Amino acid sequence: MLFGKNGRQDSLTFEGVRVVDPTQGIDETLTVTVERGLIVSVETAAGGNGKVLAPAFVDPHVHLRTPGREDEEDLGSGTRAAAAGGYCAILAMPNTEPVVDSAAVLGALIERAQAEAEVPIGFLAAITKAQQGGELTEMVELAERGAAGFTDDGRPVVAPGLLRRALQYTAAANRPIAVHCEEPTLSRGGHAHEGLVSAELGFGGYPSVAESVMVERDLALAAYEERPLHLLHLSARESVDALRRARAAGVHATGEATPHHLCLTEDAVRSLDPNVKMNPPLRADKDRAALIEALRDGTIEAVATDHAPHARYEKEVPFEEAPFGVTGLETAFSALHTQLVEPGVLPLATLLERMSAGPARIYGLEPPTIKVGAPANLVLIDLEAAWHVDEGSFKSKSANSWLLGTKLHGRVLRTVAAGKLVYSA
Amino acid sequence: MADVRPLLRSELLPPKPPARRHMISIADLEREDVERLLALARTFARSLERDVKKLPTLRGRTVVNLFFEASTRTSSSFELAAKRLSADVMSIKSSGSAVEKGESLKDTLLTIGAYDPDVVVIRHAHIGAPHLAARYTPAHVVNAGDGKHQHPTQALLDLYTLDEELGGIEGLHVAIVGDVLHSRVARSNIQALVLMGARVTLVGPPPLIPRGIEAMGCEVSYDIGDVKAADVVYVLRMQRERMLEGANYVPSLREYTAQWGVTPERIRPGQRIMHPGPMNRGVEIDPAVADAADSLVERQVRSGLVVRMAVLYDLLTQGPVEVKVAEIEEVA
Repeated sequence: MLFGKNGRQDSLTFEGVRVVDPTQGIDETLTVTVERGLIVSVETAAGGNGKVLAPAFVDPHVHLRTPGREDEEDLGSGTRAAAAGGYCAILAMPNTEPVVDSAAVLGALIERAQAEAEVPIGFLAAITKAQQGGELTEMVELAERGAAGFTDDGRPVVAPGLLRRALQYTAAANRPIAVHCEEPTLSRGGHAHEGLVSAELGFGGYPSVAESVMVERDLALAAYEERPLHLLHLSARESVDALRRARAAGVHATGEATPHHLCLTEDAVRSLDPNVKMNPPLRADKDRAALIEALRDGTIEAVATDHAPHARYEKEVPFEEAPFGVTGLETAFSALHTQLVEPGVLPLATLLERMSAGPARIYGLEPPTIKVGAPANLVLIDLEAAWHVDEGSFKSKSANSWLLGTKLHGRVLRTVAAGKLVYSA
Repeated sequence: MADVRPLLRSELLPPKPPARRHMISIADLEREDVERLLALARTFARSLERDVKKLPTLRGRTVVNLFFEASTRTSSSFELAAKRLSADVMSIKSSGSAVEKGESLKDTLLTIGAYDPDVVVIRHAHIGAPHLAARYTPAHVVNAGDGKHQHPTQALLDLYTLDEELGGIEGLHVAIVGDVLHSRVARSNIQALVLMGARVTLVGPPPLIPRGIEAMGCEVSYDIGDVKAADVVYVLRMQRERMLEGANYVPSLREYTAQWGVTPERIRPGQRIMHPGPMNRGVEIDPAVADAADSLVERQVRSGLVVRMAVLYDLLTQGPVEVKVAEIEEVA
């Protein structure tokens, strides 16, 4: 399900590092040795250097813009950005040009990944042809060709009957469905969260109920069909409450949240900076608090960057003309460490879990772990290092980051993905 | 619930505005700024009573009017204001310009910026266009209306009108009636009136009153009967051009007029009527109200000229301004 360059298998030693591995509940100073891509020894060390070694991250939600908009990102640049962010696997969304809705398009992408991807990529395929919400894609064939899951991300599946069919069909395709929850007649014309800031600035409002009403509907369908359902980039408190209720009732539902929704609120929109325009929009304080709480208690199992590169000229326009989306692969850990871990809101181990094993579980990937015999998927982090985010700091082809000009604490030093050293600061 | 308050980081706040001064939003002004501008407008009003109305004050300065949206009174009053102050004026409208050839706003601004204008007056259909003008030109920027966001000189001329006609703004009760949702005039006026100590009540159909707008310091009513309690009834235009098709903000204009149209029966004698124009007579305002003796509509247009002179002058002269008409040399 993951595709990348078949490269060398590296041998390296991390001596006296603070190993934080939530999959085993470890937080101690150890020396970890990797030989030809496999972890061969994990030994107690005396006196460490304080650097953190953790299972590398998995991003369940990335837009690689390939095929179609290689000027914004391609598989090489996107995976180099992922490596710099500490990721050992990323999942790419199918809303490309053309849409990944046939085995032919998917097959061509897989071949490109095998030639270009520094970090393994899993490709999600569309639920409906051309993501038009009309006809189902050939999901079993797509799954056989290697699709990691199915989504019409960027768009909701508007017709409930069609989503129901897709859920039924996944019993044969055996891959999860991920939904972008947005009721289009409620979000129409919306550029920012409907709330105090949109009222004051005059932006068309995108109310939180536009998301939560679809979350409730989709969870009801998943419950009825008894099929797994993953909720993409949740933003509203009501959505989180619905997910928590559904999980308690035994529905196999999962959710993800983005670094920007976990760090910012609608207040950021006052800057009128197109780099804080995303779908769903930044919401109110209470929504952000609910997302953080859900990430902490595990209702939301995954941090997803929703990395959405855009050409510079597309964002150098008035806010309302700008497309939705911001980049995030290279800043996710540092932003969340600075905003949530340092102030004591979220334990480091919880953040590491939600960035690695959490998302891996949702799509049935092997969770990265630091165990003898496991493939080396490792990230080495300096929690003390402070750095400035500026345009020159990105491996991504695009720089539409909401963090431009800010100072972050915590920096990825090295990333090992599938046994290969893919990034070294 | 996680405690998120302490996390709001100064580093992620919007960048501080540059030292160069602009007139982009009423939210940027303090009470003393408004008082200074109104005093300056009064000074210019006196100068305009003379036979020769042109002042040499901004001789050699360049003002570019950049209008990407239709306008009669705003564009003409900015042009005349600049000319009355002897500035060189260039007016560009989007129709007939390179915008029609698909030029981006940024490129248009870079082109204008290359002429080193002192002031760029910009009107645009989208929020934040004046901020881009401030970024991509070296000029002082005046917002002549950006989407549904702000129209600060309209609010200032309305304050000036009220101040002149009613002898002050503090303690006045103003009812703003109609399509608040799509109205930059309403947003600027709410901020300006609240800043100057007036009480503001918004009246209109619920879908056209933005959720949460009370946070701006005003009251909300859906009952047209409530306008009678106000000293001033400020009627907004139904902005049909900004409404999404099929959005059903009101079932029909007929229903709107029947329920919220400002008619002679719905106001009381002595109430003053304002409207930013252009009026849809017979829709939001009855012609008998618009043309009544208590109407300040024409007065608002007159105020526009001197207030915009004051804004241009203030931006280009910096600092506290004390101008005595006697000291202003006339252009013969």
